[in-house]
Amino acid sequence: MGAGHAHALYVHEHSPFHRLVPEVKIAAAVGMITCVAITPRQEVWAFALYAVIVMVLITISRVSPLFVLARLAAVAPFVVFALFIPFIGTGDTTTLWGIELSIDGLWATWNIIIKAVLGASISIVLTATTEVPDIIRGLGVLRVPALFTSIATFMIRYLELITEELGRMRVAMTARGYDPRWLYQARPIATSAGAMFVRSYERGERIHSAMLARGFTGEMPIFDRRRAGPVEWASAALLVSVFAVVALLAFTTS
Amino acid sequence: MSRALELSRVEFAYPDGRVALRGVDLVVDRGERVAILGPNGAGKTTLALHLNGIFRATGGRISVAGMELTDTNLREIRGMVGLVFQDPNDQLFMPSVREDVAFGPANMGLSGEELDNCVSAALELVDGTEFADRPPHHLSGGEKRRAALATVLAMEPEIVVFDEPSSGLDPAGRRDLISTLHTLRMTQLVITHDVSLALELCPRSVIMNEGQVVADGKTSELLADATLLAENRLELPFGLSIG
Repeated sequence: MGAGHAHALYVHEHSPFHRLVPEVKIAAAVGMITCVAITPRQEVWAFALYAVIVMVLITISRVSPLFVLARLAAVAPFVVFALFIPFIGTGDTTTLWGIELSIDGLWATWNIIIKAVLGASISIVLTATTEVPDIIRGLGVLRVPALFTSIATFMIRYLELITEELGRMRVAMTARGYDPRWLYQARPIATSAGAMFVRSYERGERIHSAMLARGFTGEMPIFDRRRAGPVEWASAALLVSVFAVVALLAFTTS
Repeated sequence: MSRALELSRVEFAYPDGRVALRGVDLVVDRGERVAILGPNGAGKTTLALHLNGIFRATGGRISVAGMELTDTNLREIRGMVGLVFQDPNDQLFMPSVREDVAFGPANMGLSGEELDNCVSAALELVDGTEFADRPPHHLSGGEKRRAALATVLAMEPEIVVFDEPSSGLDPAGRRDLISTLHTLRMTQLVITHDVSLALELCPRSVIMNEGQVVADGKTSELLADATLLAENRLELPFGLSIG
């Protein structure tokens, strides 16, 4: 069943992170990722320290390390790109297994890979412990404009439906003897994408009617829900401060 | 009996010029349950969308509870007439059923405990408390249908208009729906081409075809008229006969 889509990133567990209010988690994740991103690349110890903290966070979240590793596949394209840099980089070079490599390029590769992996791991912990609608609500609390959060809400709600429709169209094509596999067969795919667009547009109109019928006046209502207490904000601030101190130390020693 | 709904010479043409309603006259009394029968393309859904001002008639007059539908009372009328759409996926657009049910009353200005109570009451009416916190796309067809009904009932409307409520339901889901509708006390308009549903639920039926009301009377009498049914592309289920 297609039910996995919206929650493919989420791991059902009962960890302290699962209970934490979404906006606190989002703010902490953004803070931590920013610290990682600005840390000078040659301060390897700082990244080692970040990695240890991230591993502790993964343990607390009760998300399996294997799940995190599998999800890290998302950064693979960046890693592949980064691996080319030592070969095309300029400046001083070093020889490894008889191949001449740019030292600056090697540092650049390290920089991209370690920051991508750490940043993605933090995001994976966030999304594995927070359901997508909660992340959007959290973003709303953090004053992300309602227009963006509404668009995201609808996108997530209907993505699955659209995927299912696309699946049905594909089945209908296959049932009538057409099973496109090659690029030269792209035309029916393009046509069905067009049909999907029109169908989605029409659905959008019907949803809008349903919203108007229930008194929608252009603004999504905001519902009361549990807000973060000072303890929760303080724990997030503490976590981000640890990262900030490491980043600061890395700056002073570099 | 006071009038819940009064339509007089209601006309409507789509922007592309296609005429969908050609002077519809209809009077529904408070507390009545009326079936609107007709073939595909008869204008039934278009008519439903007029009843709370989503489509605005290009001619004629619509009154709800004695109040003529105008731009100024649109909000009030939308609070009084609830529409249950044909595809529950169009009606359930929020991340959880509870928020979806709260959407209407929140737009009407309810908040806090008052809103919570209203949501819980609506969910109880459709026996939907157990799926309140689930996302709509994880519900079965019958549950979606009940959730969609709860979103409308939460607004405590005086009239509920159902557009093809039994389409896509299995026999047990259809049975649940019928018993839920039987328990509701407000005025109901049931748009359908499921004539046995009309017979079971609605003492009175209106047959529409080509944007007009072609017959209005007791359901059992209308459905016993084989010529009338044939003219309007309707038929009784195999093996069922009335008369």
